[in-house]
Amino acid sequence: MSLLFERRGQGASDRKLSIVQRLVSWWISHARQATASLGDLWRTPGPSLMTMLVLGFSLSLPAAFYLVSKNGAQVADKWSSPAQISVFLKKSVALEQVEQLVADLQTWQQIQQVDWYSKDDALIEFKETSGFGNALNYLDDNPLPDVLVIEPTAAHQTTSAAKLLVEALEELAPVSLVKLDIQWLERLHAIVAVVEDTFIALATLLCLSVILVVGNTIRLSILSRKTEIEVMKLVGATDQFIQRPFLYAGIWYGVFGAFLSWIVTTILLWWIESALNHLTRLYDYPISLQGLLPSESLFMVIIASGMGLLGSWLSVRQHIRAIEPTS
Amino acid sequence: MIRFDNVDKVYGSGHHALKNVSFHLKKGEMAFLTGHSGAGKSTLLKLIALLERPTNGNVFINGHSLNTVTRRHIPYVRRDIGIIFQDHRLLTDRPVFDNVALPMVIEGYSHQEIRRRVAAALDKVGLLDKARLLPSMLSGGEQQRVGIARAVVNKPPIILADEPTGNLDPALSMEILRLFEEFNRVDVAVLIATHDLGLIARMRYRTLTLREGQMFNDGLAAEPSL
Repeated sequence: MSLLFERRGQGASDRKLSIVQRLVSWWISHARQATASLGDLWRTPGPSLMTMLVLGFSLSLPAAFYLVSKNGAQVADKWSSPAQISVFLKKSVALEQVEQLVADLQTWQQIQQVDWYSKDDALIEFKETSGFGNALNYLDDNPLPDVLVIEPTAAHQTTSAAKLLVEALEELAPVSLVKLDIQWLERLHAIVAVVEDTFIALATLLCLSVILVVGNTIRLSILSRKTEIEVMKLVGATDQFIQRPFLYAGIWYGVFGAFLSWIVTTILLWWIESALNHLTRLYDYPISLQGLLPSESLFMVIIASGMGLLGSWLSVRQHIRAIEPTS
Repeated sequence: MIRFDNVDKVYGSGHHALKNVSFHLKKGEMAFLTGHSGAGKSTLLKLIALLERPTNGNVFINGHSLNTVTRRHIPYVRRDIGIIFQDHRLLTDRPVFDNVALPMVIEGYSHQEIRRRVAAALDKVGLLDKARLLPSMLSGGEQQRVGIARAVVNKPPIILADEPTGNLDPALSMEILRLFEEFNRVDVAVLIATHDLGLIARMRYRTLTLREGQMFNDGLAAEPSL
């Protein structure tokens, strides 16, 4: 719409178009500018590629952190499963009671298997292995308790579920002590949490640097096209119109950066896996590493293009406004 | 169409570029703006195109005071004014066609409309066969004509030209002025800043003469001996 001349039509806004037609032409115009800004990147391959590489490597680190923590959690889950719970019975418990208890426990749905180490067997074993054999003969009765070693079902091997099972076992009358050896696991978890926090802090810093790198690249490209922007302003382009290709360029940087970092992390994973295979073969503990799922890759692209857009927006907001034509 | 009402312009440096300038260019009128370099011709054009704001007084276009136009609305005012620059101001890395199409792309016209109107504008300035060339492959006069095609492609009611014949020989200058006359014939107001007094004398149009920032003479051109 013309500001000064009432009857003078200007562009799309004044032609008689339906809402659908306007929407279509809006999309077409954006698609055109997105492609055009891709073409601009293509025309300056050197600087564009440099920026994309910086973005790709910067994003690779957070992506690699994520993969490490994801695979770490998977491995830790295997190790952390409290596979065994030792139940020490009171000494006063009679043989029949123990048999009854073992039979009972075997019906529990949380429990996979119950192994009973009787106090008599334990005493014999202790005599044989400890070297106190003769000394023990002087004792009036067996100081050792009956021990049940319980293996929970797979579903109840997580730390929290196992703890619940421990509590249930402690409630039983003949039980004196239940031992779930997870303290070292809890320490491991704490260490892992510290490492994860460090990674998150580093990843945040890297993402910030991605935003700044895009912002700076866009700033340079705005300055290198100063004359062109002046001409556009002279013939009546709004700031919004001028900044749109730069915003799209920011998005493209993000998309290509994400793609590059996907390639880098995939190579990294493949490299680590071959090294890891050798290690795990020695320990007879095969691990297969998980790469980025399609949904995670898509998420990475979206986040990266969002950061690209933010970086370029910060830049255009400041610099395009500052360019004023002088004739 | 264009009215100056006691306009003063003092630059930040203290230079008093325009002093109490008043004139009225009517709809469909064509006029020359002349004076020595530094007399305020460029400043006067800049005030119309909102490249500068007056220190005092008012500039009206079609009865609207430009003082009331906010920064956000400046682009829309410029779309109503076709401006032709002495240094052409073309995009050197785009072909002639893209240069002429720029104002229409900015206004969001459809592809077919753009192609039709750009072809018409290029035809008018006689450069239809050079649409695919880069501006650097054209002569100075041809580049100036590309700038004219760009200025008129969206049919603005006002055309401003700053030294449009600056570096051209008399024959080419005349050719370009004939173009302006053609636009003027379809009721476009045309204001041409030039110091080419010989040209003005031959054309017999209203001439605004600035001297040291003041409107010195407003009427038919004085003798070239001025």
